[in-house]
Amino acid sequence: MNADGDPVNPPRSVEPHEPDEPDEPPALPGRPGWDVFAVVALGGALGSAGRYGLAVLWPHAATGVPWATLVTNLSGCALIGLLMRLVTTAVAPHRLVRPFLGTGILGGFTTFSTYAVETRGLLAAGRPGVAVGYLLGTLAGALVAVRLGMWAADRVRS
Amino acid sequence: MLTWAAILGGGAVGAVCRFTVNWLVERRSGPAPWATFMVNVAGSLVLGLLAGAGAALPGWVGALVGTGFCGALTTYSTFGYETVQLLRSGPGGRGWAVLNVLASLVVGLGAAALGWQLGSLR
Repeated sequence: MNADGDPVNPPRSVEPHEPDEPDEPPALPGRPGWDVFAVVALGGALGSAGRYGLAVLWPHAATGVPWATLVTNLSGCALIGLLMRLVTTAVAPHRLVRPFLGTGILGGFTTFSTYAVETRGLLAAGRPGVAVGYLLGTLAGALVAVRLGMWAADRVRS
Repeated sequence: MLTWAAILGGGAVGAVCRFTVNWLVERRSGPAPWATFMVNVAGSLVLGLLAGAGAALPGWVGALVGTGFCGALTTYSTFGYETVQLLRSGPGGRGWAVLNVLASLVVGLGAAALGWQLGSLR
């Protein structure tokens, strides 16, 4: 942890302080506006509904690979790679685009908790091979998917 | 209908909580993967509790708190993206990426198992 940047204990400046100068460090992110919270909430609701819809359409046995969660997480990873590459390298988008699509929709769509509980369920169901395959397969697939999304963003722009 | 409403509501609150944790960590100049780690572990614990409690809970609780809140509080896309960013940030970043992955998987799975154990206590 970077103690120098800790806002609770701002480093004392060696230069003489103006008496009326505010004590707060200037570079820290301020509280996001209500509109940012609103688009994160809306995106989170929509992303969650999409995840649930896919899980309903694609049920899995307690002893089998949870394909719906796997596809959800991998597609979400590909899309965040694409999105982040576009918003960090292309023309600056509207300030609500990233919180709505990235934090809201893709964050709400993908899930770590279901992945962890499903892996635990596979272990408990006496399927350690499937559990480890699902655990590591999702991880490896997710990292590849992010890179693929970033690569696709570079294709789109050029 | 009630299930969908519960998931929409829980998902909205879960995403806002994740966003708020991220902002609080960033405000204290903490690394962003730390915020993602915390929400993923917390969500895995709570979802484990619900899975352990199982049929003892009404269905809407699972939809609201489990599928909606825990599903949206936790994220794989940000976890994957942050890990790739750590990997891309040079040789020093590679160690952090491995630590991020190991810690998230081991502690996240442990939290799910612990929650399940606690939830199935009668």
